[in-house]
Amino acid sequence: MVALVIAEHDNASLKGSTLHTVTAAAQCGGDVHVLVAGSNAGAAAAAAAQIAGVSKVIVADAPHFADGLAENVAEQILALAQGDAYSHILAPATAYGKNILPRVAAKLDVAQISEITKVDAPDTFERPIYAGNAIAYVQSSDKIKVITVRATGFDAAAATGGTAATETVTAVADSGKSSFVGRELAKSDRPELTAAKVIVSGGRGMGSGEAFKVLEPLADKLNAAMGASRAAVDAGYVPNDWQVGQTGKIVAPNLYIAVGISGAIQHLAGMKDSKVIVAINKDPEAPIFSVADYGIVGDLFDVVPQLVAELG
Amino acid sequence: MKVLVPVKRVVDYNVKVRVKSDGTGVDIANVKMSMNPFDEIALEEATRLKEAGKVTEVVAISCGVDKCQETLRTGMAIGADRGILVQTDVELEPLAVAKLIKALADKEQPQLIILGKQAIDDDSNQTGQMLAALLGWPQATFASKVVLEDGKATVTREVDGGLETLALTLPAIITTDLRLNEPRYVTLPNIMKAKKKPLDVTTPADLGVDVTPRLKTLKVVEPAKRSAGIIVPDAATLVAKLRTEAKVI
Repeated sequence: MVALVIAEHDNASLKGSTLHTVTAAAQCGGDVHVLVAGSNAGAAAAAAAQIAGVSKVIVADAPHFADGLAENVAEQILALAQGDAYSHILAPATAYGKNILPRVAAKLDVAQISEITKVDAPDTFERPIYAGNAIAYVQSSDKIKVITVRATGFDAAAATGGTAATETVTAVADSGKSSFVGRELAKSDRPELTAAKVIVSGGRGMGSGEAFKVLEPLADKLNAAMGASRAAVDAGYVPNDWQVGQTGKIVAPNLYIAVGISGAIQHLAGMKDSKVIVAINKDPEAPIFSVADYGIVGDLFDVVPQLVAELG
Repeated sequence: MKVLVPVKRVVDYNVKVRVKSDGTGVDIANVKMSMNPFDEIALEEATRLKEAGKVTEVVAISCGVDKCQETLRTGMAIGADRGILVQTDVELEPLAVAKLIKALADKEQPQLIILGKQAIDDDSNQTGQMLAALLGWPQATFASKVVLEDGKATVTREVDGGLETLALTLPAIITTDLRLNEPRYVTLPNIMKAKKKPLDVTTPADLGVDVTPRLKTLKVVEPAKRSAGIIVPDAATLVAKLRTEAKVI
C-alpha cells in the first residue's frame, strides 16, 4: 500500500495543511509519497522531501501548474495513479484540495470521502455530516480511496527530519480549457486563521466594520488570528476569507474567543472542536454559551477593553 | 444558451438534526425539508442570466425520492422553465448524481451547468467537480461572480487567501458560493405559475446509470459533547481562569 499526498503550496513553500494530510496518509498504513505539481516549485519540493515520514517526492514542474488549475493538476494525478500505483490519494480539505480531488475520483470511478477527521482502518474513516452535528463512520469498497483531510483532525507531521528521494516526472499537457486571470489576496500580518493557536472572532454584534478595531488590541496581545461569523461577513464588516463555519474555514485553536456571535449551527460547525471557547455576548440566552467553557454576559465594547487591560 | 441547475432536497438549514438511537443515521422523519441553500443561489444566478438575455432556457434537475418534485416546483417558482426528476429511493452518492446529470447533459446539450458548492446534509462538496470530470469540461468552483461573454465564462472564486479569477471555455461547470447572489423570495403568483410548468420524471435505469452506493455507512454517532461551561462575572476573573485553570494564555 502506498498513499499519495497532493501537496498544497505556493511554489515557494508548502502550506501547513499539507503536513496534517501527511499524518493522515501515514495512518492509512503504507508508504507516503508527495506530489508537488507547480511551476518553478523547487523550494516547495525541497520542503516536502524534509517532512518526516515521506518516502518519495514526485515533482511535476510546468508553467500551466503555476496556479493550481483543477483540470491540469487532476490529469497529473491520474497519470500517476495508473496501474493501481496508489491505494490512497489524499489532499487537504482546503479550497485547493476540494477543487481538485473529486475530479480525480470521478475519473477513477470511485467515491470520494470528504473531510475525514479520523482514520479507523485503511478502508474506514470518520467524517462529520450535517454541519458537524453527526459523525459518520464510512467504509469504502473502492480499490483506490480518494480522500480529503480536515486539518484540525490530525496533528501536523514534523516539517524536518525526513530524507525523501525526489523524482521528477513528465508534466501532462495543458488542458487549455481554463486559464488563470488574476488573484486578489487579502493582506494580513496576523497568523493564518486555520493555523492560529488563538482566534478572536467577531459577529453581527460588532455592529460595524469599524468596530472590529476594538478586537485588534486583544488579538495583538494574544498573537491571535481574527475571524468572523457569516453574519459579520455578509454585513460587509470584514472580508469573506475571515469566515469561520460550515461554509467558511474549520478551525480548532487552543483558545477561541467569540465576541458578539450568537452561535448559529453553521458557525459552531467551524469552531466547536476548539480546546477552550470563550463567549462574550450581552444576550445570556445566546446559543454560543452552550458550547463556551467561559462566558461573560456583557457589552463587548466594555468587556473587550477590560480584557486587554487585564492581559497587561 | 441552455443552463442546467441540479437542486437537492435537504433537511432545512435551521433544523438541528438528531442522531437515531440505533446509530443508523440521522432522524429526518417529520422534519422540515427545503432546497439546499447553495442550489437556490445557483438557480437565482441562472435566472438572472436569463433575465439579462444571456440564457434562453433554465432546466432544474433533482435526483431522489418522489418528494423532490416539491423542490423542483420551488425551483420553477424561482425561475426555471421546466424540471426533470430522476426518481429513485436509493440513497445517492455524489458520484451517482454526477453520472445521472451527465446522462441528462448528453441529452439536453447545455452550455453551462450551475450547481451549489455543497449540500448541507452530507457536506461532500464533490458533485460539480465530478460532473466536470465526467463531461471533460472545465470547472470554476466556489464562485462569487460570473460573467458570460464571447463564448467564455469569467468567474471569480473564493479561495482560502482571498479571491481568484478564472476564464473557462464553454461548455463549463460552475459551483456557487454564498456570496454569489441573494436568492429572491418566491411569490404566490410564481408558485401558481410553476404548477403549470412541465416536469418530466425519469429513472436511473432509463438513463442507463448504475447508482449502487460505493461507501457503506457503518454507523452514525453524535459528536462528543462539550462539558458545560461557566459564566464569569468580569474580565479579571476570565483572564485568571484562562491563565491558571485552562492554561491557554
